[in-house]
Amino acid sequence: MRPFAYVSAPDVDTAVRAIAEQPGAKLLGGGTNLVDLMRQDVERPTTVVDISSVPLTGVDELPDGGLRIGALVRNSHLAAHPLVRTRFPVLAQALLSGASGQLRNMATVGGNLLQRTRCLYFVDGAAACNKREPGSGCDAIGGFHRGNAVLGTSEHCVATHPSDMAVALAALDAVVEAQSVRGTRRIPLVELHRLPGDTPHLETVLDADELITAVEVPASAVAATSRYRKVRDRASFAFALVSVAAALDVEDGAVSAVRVALGGVAPKPWRAYEAERVLTGAPATEESFRAAAEAELADASGLPGNDFKIELARRTIVATLRQLRVEGGAA
Amino acid sequence: MVEVQLRVNGTAHRLELDPRVSLLDALREHLGLTGTKKGCNQGACGACTVLVDGERITACLALAVQYGGREITTIEGVAHPLQQAFVRTDGFQCGYCTSGQICSALGMLAEVEAGAPSAVTEHLAEPAVALTDAEIRERMSGNLCRCGAYNGITDAIRETAGVPS
Repeated sequence: MRPFAYVSAPDVDTAVRAIAEQPGAKLLGGGTNLVDLMRQDVERPTTVVDISSVPLTGVDELPDGGLRIGALVRNSHLAAHPLVRTRFPVLAQALLSGASGQLRNMATVGGNLLQRTRCLYFVDGAAACNKREPGSGCDAIGGFHRGNAVLGTSEHCVATHPSDMAVALAALDAVVEAQSVRGTRRIPLVELHRLPGDTPHLETVLDADELITAVEVPASAVAATSRYRKVRDRASFAFALVSVAAALDVEDGAVSAVRVALGGVAPKPWRAYEAERVLTGAPATEESFRAAAEAELADASGLPGNDFKIELARRTIVATLRQLRVEGGAA
Repeated sequence: MVEVQLRVNGTAHRLELDPRVSLLDALREHLGLTGTKKGCNQGACGACTVLVDGERITACLALAVQYGGREITTIEGVAHPLQQAFVRTDGFQCGYCTSGQICSALGMLAEVEAGAPSAVTEHLAEPAVALTDAEIRERMSGNLCRCGAYNGITDAIRETAGVPS
């Protein structure tokens, strides 16, 4: 690992001043992704601003019944929170399906959103990767890309965003709050991450000196009937091939409210607006679920090693909606 | 160099560390506590699992300077019936993963005691969790055992938790 200057920030003001003053600084939360990438020489911060003891650890109920989640709440603590389990079970399930018990105790909410892709070539310094080294090419496209994306990709990058939590937050209309020396702004979670286009190294709309301070999840009646379903190569401690976060309310046999988001298939947590449009008001039947899945994946485009994900995503959408219809949510 | 005070197994140690030093290397190389093992050094195998304020983490992905003042427990600080249970159930063969398995299992049992759900918990709203074998296996998935002693490990944890098989 390359040497770096270490700054321990006791509060948000100190942290945002430190990253504003030090170009090349990185914020350190739980360390589960950054420390690993620094050891692999993918991340090369000249200064590490340690925010792990900044008191952004509250999970507070908003007046309307939504939640305000501090950026440094640990993934395990958020998943175990009674209000998350009862009002937003899809979020608890998504958190619990990510990583391992140890890593969930370390990983923070803000860090989870900003984690980097697990594309094999991104972490391989000998490989071409436009995300790691702009202009170098993409070895994933002609290489091993079983885990890579089928939606929202470009000829320059087919990496996925690996988070489970963010997929649930996308379905729940979450809003990210970011602070810098210039002030505070709010960004809808679905607009936080960029598609790669010809600049895959730019992954979010955040400026380099902005710190995520909180995530707000608005109150939602449909969220009480929600689930997260993750398909992966082994039963636990693996990234998603495909995942679906969904919430469903049915009245008189018709879909009255629905939220769907996909993970493992795109460079960002993928809100399935097209599927929601097809489903809203439609009969809550297998045929409608399939039609919605077809509509959402209509523009999907795979590579030889990952085009199976397109049909897998359709089937996982249908299976998740069917389970919500038959068994209800995960609460 | 950064000064950090690490509290390990009830004893405070004042260290001057390069901020790159992981908590794992600080324990092993600076404090001589080699019971905590280095396996993958990337958070995937769980051999380096220690408890911080009672919660399990992988010490390889932790920078030591982040953990000043916290209560760190390594296998050297553990004396628990779970250890006897591992011996009784053949919960290991070579033993390299065992200290991580034991620390992880102790952290996991505390999580269950507190009612924390897992990915296989059917009804998340219920405040208590029944520790089935499926729950044990899911919750211990962050600890690999290349000898494949998983059945013995599961037995040891189940016995220690007082759950009938």
